Amino acid sequence: MSVAAGSQIASPEISFSSGGDSTIRRRLLLSLIFKWVCRLMTYGALAVLAVLLTSIVWNSLGRLSPGFLVNHYSMNPARCGILAGVWGTFWLVLLTACFSIPIGVGSAVYLEELARDNVIVRVIKVNLSNLAGVPSIVYGILGLTAFRPMTLFLQELFDGRHAINVMGLFRVRLLQLEIFDGNVLVGAMTMSLVVLPTVIIASQEALRAVPSSIRIASLALGATRWQTIWRQVIPAALPGISTGVILSISRAMGEAAPLMMIGVLTVASMCPGGIESPLQLITNPTRVLSVPFDQFTAMPVEIYDWSKQPDPQDRFTAVAASGIVVLLVVLLLINATAMIIRAKTARGLKW
Amino acid sequence: MKDREAACLSGQWFDVEGGADMAERNSGLSVPPSVRGVDRNLDTSSHAAAIDVRNMNFYYGEHQVLFDISLMVPERSVTALIGPSGCGKSTFLRTLNRMNDLVEGTKCTGECLVEGQNIMDPAVDVVLLRKHVGMVFQKSTPFPKSIFDNVAYGPRVAGEKNRSVLADLVESCLRKAALWEEVRDRLHTSAMALSGGQQQRLCIARTLATNPRIILMDEPASALDPASTDRIENLIGELCANYTIVIVTHNMQQASRVSHQTAFFFKGHLVECGPTMQIFTSPSEKQTEDYITGRFG
Repeated sequence: MSVAAGSQIASPEISFSSGGDSTIRRRLLLSLIFKWVCRLMTYGALAVLAVLLTSIVWNSLGRLSPGFLVNHYSMNPARCGILAGVWGTFWLVLLTACFSIPIGVGSAVYLEELARDNVIVRVIKVNLSNLAGVPSIVYGILGLTAFRPMTLFLQELFDGRHAINVMGLFRVRLLQLEIFDGNVLVGAMTMSLVVLPTVIIASQEALRAVPSSIRIASLALGATRWQTIWRQVIPAALPGISTGVILSISRAMGEAAPLMMIGVLTVASMCPGGIESPLQLITNPTRVLSVPFDQFTAMPVEIYDWSKQPDPQDRFTAVAASGIVVLLVVLLLINATAMIIRAKTARGLKW
Repeated sequence: MKDREAACLSGQWFDVEGGADMAERNSGLSVPPSVRGVDRNLDTSSHAAAIDVRNMNFYYGEHQVLFDISLMVPERSVTALIGPSGCGKSTFLRTLNRMNDLVEGTKCTGECLVEGQNIMDPAVDVVLLRKHVGMVFQKSTPFPKSIFDNVAYGPRVAGEKNRSVLADLVESCLRKAALWEEVRDRLHTSAMALSGGQQQRLCIARTLATNPRIILMDEPASALDPASTDRIENLIGELCANYTIVIVTHNMQQASRVSHQTAFFFKGHLVECGPTMQIFTSPSEKQTEDYITGRFG
């Protein structure tokens, strides 16, 4: 009797099947619609990307060959290659890394670990993300006005004097340094301005992710601030820092605007320092010294130039498409490196 | 020693050293037996002061959290700081090796003599101070490195490079922290793989490696299971022969088991400080008695 009464109360009052209630059906329907709208957005974006990539790859077919990588610029689309752009981008990114990693990581360590929380520091922290959002062409203008005078000064310094006398004892023959306008050094300094805000922000995030208990424990063991940062905080933040840094520097590879602004070559038939193959780095290493002061072009600049090249048969489209494919492959390789570094160094760093 | 163990086994919940009559005499307050190595009847009046705090006031910005604290910690003994949450006992502990310097906007007045030197003096080098006044935290904080590197960290930052010296030191510290037998075969594996209790003993070993005179412990066992807590308490009993220990604890029975001297903090004031047996059996302040008997806190 009591059992029957119990089941009688339970069944009409509480039901977990979604049949009866109309509100719950409407809510569930809304939820379903929302899910499909989101799904459509995602797949729509992916579809556009796929179309773009396929059309580029399609256009590059027949033109992209090993020869494309080792040939210089040519008016003949069939013989035109990206060699100067590849080397130009290589040196540009290398020098940009040399400038932006120490400055960027150093600033992040200062802002996160050492700086006292005052108005100036807070203003800097807030404005870093604003700086990261500044269009790169603006940095190009900055590079043109700030770094070009340096080139002029160097040109004056080295003009016609290829040897200097060291304290009247012996003469050192300097390299035949010719300082060009729009050289790799100015390009890298400008590009460092472009990537520095993102390098700093990425490093800050990585440093902030290190639990403060580690710092406190280290300080409590009689370590100085510097020892704590160098032996505990930076090793723990290194996976994050390196990934962030690699990703932001890979951004420098795709930028054309600031380089156009400082006046790099668009049509180049020579590589910086005259180095055209990795082998020459070994056989003629002194040439590397003249690289920073040499003219150069970069992959995105070349691609831009090809895409607006007047050609009756439109044959440069295939060249530009091939250039894009090379650029994308290099970018993907760099991002993959970042992922591998993260996976390798993050092992054993679980809190 | 024998009858103390017997008392433990038979589950009797009164003081053995003081005798059952004493516990009964004192308004029904009872005290659990102390851990091995802690003689609560030890007369510390002959001990020199390891820490001597005089009229300390402490502020977070405008907010005063410690009021006129004066406390003497005898060397080679255990002093327990008890009191409800937010009473300032952890803040007080952190002033003893100036860990509060890390928090911006704090101010401390008064004197705090450690081994006779006033550590409030701006001329005091906090790095040297912290080498002599080690600290163990509530949450074990092993570095994401090997067990060996964790223990060797303190000596290394102090400049010790000799591998054999470091190896000997690591072994002796791990032995003192009762961890050597468990980790001797895996010294070079990550310390993060140890259990919670082992991690905390590693942190104690790491602190011992800097060769401190004083060890501050901020609720070292509150995040541990009873078995691990037991090991930490026994460890404190062994260490107090050679080190001065100040321990903050929420657990009053723990305070009574491991300490020679107990200080009761309430709302930033040091209400009472005295020999542990006296605080737990016949406190002179009403507030202390209310707290100890569980009427509040």
